[in-house]
Amino acid sequence: MKALRNGTSIEERALPVLPPEEFRRAVLRGAEGGRIVAFFGRPLGEGVRLYAVLADDAAGTLAALASDVGDRFLSLTPDCPQAHNFEREICEQHGVHMEGHPWLKPLRSHAAPYSFFQVEGEEIHEVAVGPVHAGLIDPGHFRLQCHGEKVLSLEIHLGYQHRGVEEALENGPDKRAALLAECAAGDTTIGHALAYALAVEALSGSIAPPRAQAIRAIALELERVANHVGDLGALGADIGFLPTAAWFGRLRGEFLNLLATLSGNRYGRGLIRPGGVLCDVPAQLADDATRRLSRARDELRQVAGLFFETSSVRSRIEGTGVLTRQECNALALLGPAARACGTPRDVRRDHPPPGASAPPIPVAIAMTGDVFARSHVRWMETQHSLEYLIEGFRALPAGAIRAACGPPAPGRLAVSLVEGWRGEIAHVALTGEDGRFARYKIKDPSFQNWTALTLAMRGTQISDFPLCNKSFNLSYAGHDL
Amino acid sequence: MAMPENVRGRPVIDTGRCPDGCRACADACPTDAILVDGGPGSARIDLGRCVFCRDCVEGCPEGAITYGRDHRMASRTREDLALSEGVKLAAALERKMLKLLGRSLKLRHVSAGDCSACTAELQALGNVVFDLARFGVQFVASPRHADGLVVTGPVTQNMRLALEKTWKAVASPRLVIAVGACAISGGPFRGLSAVHDGVESVVPVDLFVPGCPPHPLTLLDGLLRLLGRIEDSPR
Ligand code: SF4
Ligand code: SF4
Repeated sequence: MKALRNGTSIEERALPVLPPEEFRRAVLRGAEGGRIVAFFGRPLGEGVRLYAVLADDAAGTLAALASDVGDRFLSLTPDCPQAHNFEREICEQHGVHMEGHPWLKPLRSHAAPYSFFQVEGEEIHEVAVGPVHAGLIDPGHFRLQCHGEKVLSLEIHLGYQHRGVEEALENGPDKRAALLAECAAGDTTIGHALAYALAVEALSGSIAPPRAQAIRAIALELERVANHVGDLGALGADIGFLPTAAWFGRLRGEFLNLLATLSGNRYGRGLIRPGGVLCDVPAQLADDATRRLSRARDELRQVAGLFFETSSVRSRIEGTGVLTRQECNALALLGPAARACGTPRDVRRDHPPPGASAPPIPVAIAMTGDVFARSHVRWMETQHSLEYLIEGFRALPAGAIRAACGPPAPGRLAVSLVEGWRGEIAHVALTGEDGRFARYKIKDPSFQNWTALTLAMRGTQISDFPLCNKSFNLSYAGHDL
Repeated sequence: MAMPENVRGRPVIDTGRCPDGCRACADACPTDAILVDGGPGSARIDLGRCVFCRDCVEGCPEGAITYGRDHRMASRTREDLALSEGVKLAAALERKMLKLLGRSLKLRHVSAGDCSACTAELQALGNVVFDLARFGVQFVASPRHADGLVVTGPVTQNMRLALEKTWKAVASPRLVIAVGACAISGGPFRGLSAVHDGVESVVPVDLFVPGCPPHPLTLLDGLLRLLGRIEDSPR
């Protein structure tokens, strides 16, 4: 199998194209010691070419392989649950029937009526929520099968935000492509813009200058901190512990505002482009940022102390929405959700981008897999990121912020991974003979992690739903694309 | 009030600098937000399509386009967002409507396919910094309790029905506020087959708030203008 590293590309001709049965075995083998990063299709001739990208996190390597299939494929999911959503997507997008898949329902399409899983029996009742929710959030539909207050099963029906992002990127890159990447998931603008830039750079054989890389890394951590802090506040609100909700909420704004000072936009729109970044960090801004960050760090310690040391908060989040390590590994969960189950998976450490020089940020781990673990991992990560940021602004390398980035080379496949605040973002770009994108595949970590929310909810109380949901805070937009 | 330092406010074109027949900015714009439909110096920016990306600033050889720090840009009609002298800021609702609303405005949010950044800025309006509730404006959990809708996103095919139903569930007279480039024109998703290119193609709109996403100050300004709490001449 062809080994490649994060942010590099290979010739598509060099890809092993295996017969379906062999391909199937190779993916199963790869998923056993490692995991599936991406698994998708592309129409080719009469049939469909399936592509799989596998990761070996310990070795820091990736492998890509392909197989040409007709309209059927023997599903991997019964042997390998992490293939679940990938296979549903392939079936939906390319009409490849996944034989033996236990749950082959539409993932995004609303073309046909959707049949929900139902539990029957005395005193069983169903709770339906969404797509228009009570609060200010994105659209999705949830069905809970309950016995009294107890949740037996949760099913999540998504697709309401399907805009057609991947399709719109086909035949790119064009002048809209970077914007589309930025708003694949709007709260992860930096993560997706960076993955896009790395993919295009990998295809054109260019590399961003060290200063640009440092600014990108800073923006990525600012985005992480803003979201983690915001979610801790949202958890406070759902618990009804309002002082922390207000305080975390204000501090979230500090980080967004810093990102805005850096890039001109609170979400970092227009900062990262192939070749580098569009905004430099003047010395005064760096000094100012260091001061602002140190102040925010001190305040955060106080409010996080209040949150995590209040016994009524602890009793509400400890033991709630537990995921086991086995479940985590079977689904190959990503980001804080995985790290809260004791799985130390982190792209920043395992698959650093090309040219990275700074030592990686420590990986935060918790063992209990509950709402407490997920929120505590996020608090630990916030602290690590803050240290990194304060040092990063102090020690910015000198030099240019942008290098020339030519057009993508034809007939290549590039993979880029970024540890966004929710976990691993993967972009896989394939160019045709004309150098244009023949397929552009985006995976937001939510795509893999939504299933974890349904598992975490089993056997809990219905009133635990907001807490569980908030502790993951998955993206609807990033899933629906 | 002005935008915080470095934040991109309303873009301005100094058309006096535009050479004859130049379309460099329009060609650079990824959302076709720049209209050059008349003779020389006719270039103007449609703020309903603009995503504030600055590609036009880089694309203009004359340095004619700059970002101002003006956060005010909400308007009452779609056309008012694309004027050569900037934008015609929103006028207050008519008296009768204002009287009906009294001192409070209750809004229901419908995310109709937004990327989630517009939603996040609406959430931010509720924090202790912007504190929308102090103006009597509140987001409510049901359309039955609402005076109107705030809609974000281009309206995906998959959200159309839900938007229509939610709109019908609000008692008349009802308001609709379109927030962000997507909700106004489709934004970066304009023309894609899975979306409707904006709220207006599904329900009538009373206030358009440009941005990608709009800064909370822009949102606040638009809402308060609609309620007649701010009235000043356009800058
Ligand atoms: S800033 Fe607005 S007008 Fe200028 S290129 Fe971007 S979208 Fe177009
Ligand atoms: S207008 Fe911009 S920020 Fe708002 S939903 Fe559309 S892409 Fe996202």
